[in-house]
Amino acid sequence: MTACDVAEVGRIFRAEYGRAVASLVRHLGDIDLAEEAIQEAFAVAVQKWPETGLPPSPAGWIITTGRNRAVDWLRREASREHRHNQALLVYPGGDATHADPAQVTVEEVSPVPDDRLRLIFTCCHPALAPTAQVALTLRLLGGLETTEIARAFVVPEATMAQRIVRAKAKIKAARIPYRVPDEAELPDRLPPVLAVLYLVFNEGYAASSGAALVREDLCAEAIRMARVLADLMPDEPEVLGLLALLLLAESRRAARVGADGALVPLADQDRTRWDRQLIEQGQNLVRACLRRNRPGPYQIQAAINAVHADAGTAADTDWRQILALYDQLLAVAPTPVVALNRAVAVAELDGPGPALALVDGLDLPAYYPYHATRADLLRRLGRGSEAVRAYDAAIALTGNESERMFLQRRRDAVDRVPGMGDTSS
Amino acid sequence: MTQYLLSVHMVEGQPEPSADEMAQMFKDVDLVNEEIKAAGAWVFAGGLHPATTATTVRVRDGEVVTTDGPFAETKEQLGGFWIIKVDDLDAALAWAAKATRACRAPVEVRPFQDDV
Repeated sequence: MTACDVAEVGRIFRAEYGRAVASLVRHLGDIDLAEEAIQEAFAVAVQKWPETGLPPSPAGWIITTGRNRAVDWLRREASREHRHNQALLVYPGGDATHADPAQVTVEEVSPVPDDRLRLIFTCCHPALAPTAQVALTLRLLGGLETTEIARAFVVPEATMAQRIVRAKAKIKAARIPYRVPDEAELPDRLPPVLAVLYLVFNEGYAASSGAALVREDLCAEAIRMARVLADLMPDEPEVLGLLALLLLAESRRAARVGADGALVPLADQDRTRWDRQLIEQGQNLVRACLRRNRPGPYQIQAAINAVHADAGTAADTDWRQILALYDQLLAVAPTPVVALNRAVAVAELDGPGPALALVDGLDLPAYYPYHATRADLLRRLGRGSEAVRAYDAAIALTGNESERMFLQRRRDAVDRVPGMGDTSS
Repeated sequence: MTQYLLSVHMVEGQPEPSADEMAQMFKDVDLVNEEIKAAGAWVFAGGLHPATTATTVRVRDGEVVTTDGPFAETKEQLGGFWIIKVDDLDAALAWAAKATRACRAPVEVRPFQDDV
């Protein structure tokens, strides 16, 4: 037995909650019951483990204890016949006896490695709204409290609670299946799963607003779930691509915000503060993807980030390769946002003039990076008053304090240059 | 097994499809019907006359009142439906995908309350 304190139980909760709930959902066929039983098991663990030390397999202990609890509850309600049948389901042999949680390994109690995979595909089922998919995934796989999810997405807690309750009720009533889609269905079913993890990460990385601590949690949670997904689906290059993209973006976190809290753009970041370990993991994944030669949007975005990570200084950046990758990305994902990012690479190679012509052809009036990019190009072209107006449009559209500070500083710098700013405008 | 209602939503007042298009549509729907029956998922199905033929009955102040026309005063009206019996929502959605192609209108999928 290993020593254990309450913080350690908390760490194990975060790491194992999803697996434990997923395992019980398969046995019980009921998400609420599974969650209740696992929460109960952790409540027992908080009491017990600091005295007894960690059991040999904490996850196995939690799942077995939760299962034993569920058996007890179902027995107590066994007068209702279908409930009794559910109790028998917990132990498929029909022998609903208690197992000793200290004696099991997680492989024994949860022999199906796919349980979390089933759960994430259920949470991200296209019959659920994207907002519900995100909330359910964080709740069931990440073990986040409803209050935490509500805070992270700046939604009233009651709204978030209702969203989760409704989604769970729909899963139950409409019988959204608890299974991994087969190969033929994956092209339709995998993208929403990846989109949910990417959205969770981005909300943490460039939070539209909200408390800083919660945001970092979201990034860590997205990466943790992407790692699980990559472990469980090692043959899906887009899964590896997403993980690589998240790791490479995460590697720059410390350098992204200055001491004063303002955003630091990629070109001005102190690259010695980039996390080399994450970069290496990300680049290894990108190389593994390249070998498979089945490119997709996440892999290409990861490759773009890998090229940036290769450059010791901003001036060393291989923009030609980045532009080639954006061309490839635009071919598989022809969206104005991709075209905007591609224009940034064009500016580095051909100058701000040709880039501005591309940007002006895009229709992204509500997207603040569109105005921020235009502002930067206009600034570089010496068109100060237009740049100021574009900075103002960008500032008005961002809710993130770091981004706002950065844009405001750039705007004021343009405004102060004699002959550039046109304060009468 | 769960029963699902697959309801076909028609927008009233749309230009009528040509006779040829109609014939093809009926043929496509018949094919889907045959497929559902062959798969053992069939419970019941039917097409409805336009909502102008509807009569609504309700209780007002304790009295039953009968009025001409549909209950919901919207352009979108129920045009027909299937009731199918399948394992789960994925199976129901797969039939709905075939149904919406065949009848050229959106299909809403809803589970019935009681399992069968």
